[in-house]
Amino acid sequence: MTELCILRYNPETDDEPRFQSYEVPYREDWVVLDALNYIKENLDPTLSYRWSCHMAVCGSCGMMINQEPKLACKAFLRDYQGVIRVEPLRHFPIERDLVTVIDDFMAKLARVRPYLIPKDVKALEAGEYRQTPAELKRFKQYSMCINCMLCYAACPEYGLIPKYIGPAAIALAHRWNQDSRDAGREQRQEALAAKEGVWECSFVGACSEVCPEHVDPAGAIQQVKIRSTVDWYQEHLMPWLKK
Amino acid sequence: MQSVETDVAIIGAGGAGLRAAIALAETAPKLRIALISKVYPMRSHTCAAEGGAAGVIKPDDSLALHFDDTVHGGDWLSDQDAVDYFIAEAPRELMQLEHWGCPWSREADGSVAVRPFGGMKKQRTWFAADKSGFHILHTLFQTSLRFDSIRRFDEYYATELLVDEGRCVGLTAIEMRSGRMCRFDAGAVIVAGGGAGRMFPFTTNGAIKTGDGMALAYRAGVALKDMEFVQYHPTGLPSTGTLLTEACRGEGGVLLNRNGRRFLQDYGMGPETPLGRPVFKTMELGPRDRVSQAFWQEQKKGRMVPTQWGECMLLDLRHLGEKTIDERLPLVRDMSISYMGVDPVRDPVPVRPVVHYMMGGIHTDIRAATTLAGLFAAGECACVSINGANRLGSNSLTELLVFGRRAALSAMEYLHSGARAPGEAARGALAAAAQARLSELMRRSGGTETVAGLRKEMMHTMEQHAGIYRSGEGLAEACVKLGELRQRYRGIELHDKTNVYNTDLLQALELGSMLDCAEAVVQSALARKESRGAHQRLDYVARDDGRYLKHSLAHWRGADVPRVDYLDVVITRSQPGVRDYSGAHA
Repeated sequence: MTELCILRYNPETDDEPRFQSYEVPYREDWVVLDALNYIKENLDPTLSYRWSCHMAVCGSCGMMINQEPKLACKAFLRDYQGVIRVEPLRHFPIERDLVTVIDDFMAKLARVRPYLIPKDVKALEAGEYRQTPAELKRFKQYSMCINCMLCYAACPEYGLIPKYIGPAAIALAHRWNQDSRDAGREQRQEALAAKEGVWECSFVGACSEVCPEHVDPAGAIQQVKIRSTVDWYQEHLMPWLKK
Repeated sequence: MQSVETDVAIIGAGGAGLRAAIALAETAPKLRIALISKVYPMRSHTCAAEGGAAGVIKPDDSLALHFDDTVHGGDWLSDQDAVDYFIAEAPRELMQLEHWGCPWSREADGSVAVRPFGGMKKQRTWFAADKSGFHILHTLFQTSLRFDSIRRFDEYYATELLVDEGRCVGLTAIEMRSGRMCRFDAGAVIVAGGGAGRMFPFTTNGAIKTGDGMALAYRAGVALKDMEFVQYHPTGLPSTGTLLTEACRGEGGVLLNRNGRRFLQDYGMGPETPLGRPVFKTMELGPRDRVSQAFWQEQKKGRMVPTQWGECMLLDLRHLGEKTIDERLPLVRDMSISYMGVDPVRDPVPVRPVVHYMMGGIHTDIRAATTLAGLFAAGECACVSINGANRLGSNSLTELLVFGRRAALSAMEYLHSGARAPGEAARGALAAAAQARLSELMRRSGGTETVAGLRKEMMHTMEQHAGIYRSGEGLAEACVKLGELRQRYRGIELHDKTNVYNTDLLQALELGSMLDCAEAVVQSALARKESRGAHQRLDYVARDDGRYLKHSLAHWRGADVPRVDYLDVVITRSQPGVRDYSGAHA
């Protein structure tokens, strides 16, 4: 058997969060999500959490497992010893139990304009924008973000300054900036180079460490910083370069 | 009760729902659009699709060939006018996604790359490595953020469609965060709620695929069509049911029995093709129904590999080499290692057939319109039908796009036709009745049944009697059992009677949807006394075009068993023939 100690909080009935322990069977091939499902089905139908795909692509089941942000569907019981502590993702308000309020991320994502702003609009009949495998590779990694928000839970800056636009949103903005079909960098710069943009990042790199899809938001943030610095120099020291 | 007034309400924000929303927003910027989903859009199950989306693009391919593959693959149960519309629109829709920035995999010259897929005679599957659905979903979702007219209602669970004088005029939904019910007054409603694979215990489908959209329409009086056709994907990981894409075989992977033999050659899909050089429409590139059936037969003969999760065949990718596997099938490698401890670069991966897709669904016409005025449907929850008795891999992602957009256009036409809106009193009464039904469930005490208990029995019944091969006897038993479970469902009592994010309530409602869908599956399967595509009867082994070249329609009748009747298939230019997946077909 394995013991899970789970943070419980129902705003209707609890004054504050509390922990509750459950004993579940140990199985070599089980992930924490399987254990939660076991509890939900057999021990306590009131436990609430989000999940769907069980294959690390829908991004629903991010939570703190022994204080680390993890996808519950990729955290194997076999990798833990002793009691496993399960809590909602850090830095987000708790809606109930392991379910967090993610309005903040949803709003920030929209602010970085995460869609193609094409150089020149092409008719569908004219066929595809050509993009070589090398050009694809320049942004592909950043397009793998599943919006699971583990990086926000890992980011100390986001914990201190909630206005910080944060790793995933910046990585996705960078994804579009790096796309050879796109010309929207200036429009995204407004959100990225603002006070709460990339400059809040102190390059701890925790975001990249916890990313289950190896998106490397920290790398994206550094690249945006460099580009923004170049922008600043061009604007202030070489104004004749501005179109 | 809070109410929202909108022109078009869309239930479901996966591929089809998002495509519909964008089509509405682009075509009619002043239209008010409510995009309602029980999950955030990027959690929708479209994200789990791996292999790709079919659309004719290469010079050696043609619409006629895509038509033939689809109709043959569907064992002639597809409506051929719908297939024609679908394949003609497909390349345009995939190109549209490219113009919205979808990271399709590319050829060296920068053009879009395509790969072979089961049952397809040419390379026409557009792909983004092995995360095609994920990229399609996120491209659509992020593109939808451009439009202020798309108002999202994330984590709202739709409970009922509101029907007034024969027209769908809106819906009620529970806001999960507060538990409050919300009434949506809509000029038109599009259902894009996905499939129902969770009726079965072993499925590639995520937890959210519980047939809610199908059940909404069914209970509002729209028939569920061809529900007996449930697709088993041949290659699921036995531990979790996680899908290993058909692209594994498209890229040259092979299937072996315990003796190392590529056994598909013994089931009409031979002769054996050279290792690593897959040939279209034969051997490992046979259609999903045939490959899954071959597994079942071979298992009966004791030639499968025993594992702790049951008997499996082996998917061998080793000859592709590490570089190709990492470039083309990175997710497959990652998941095999994570969930099975097997690295496909070094060892064959044990796999077995797994419930994957519902060919059947809400009965719509070629315009994505249902028989209920003002109600439209698209995506897996709908049955147009282009997929017939067996869907070809990579047709469904395209279907989301083509018919998502079509549903939007049809909804707009309907709005322009100026159907009279019901008054506040009528709407209020409808919503109050829906609220009362929910409150009764919430308050009920002294119940004897639990969600988890009934769900387990339902899944067991479906696996036992509605699987790859079925018998009249087994199906009759399943019909009785489903009737009993639906009866017992009325005695369910919730453990959790609070309001905020109550997943006990949510799962109870989802179970209600699944039970209705499951009953439609087994009743339609019992009535169809023939074998066709994914519906194989041990007691009626042959296809019977004389009696069953027809769509089944299951009509909901409350507590009673559904009534099943039939509708002719639309045949335009391809008369039913033999499905030939031997190497001789070329």
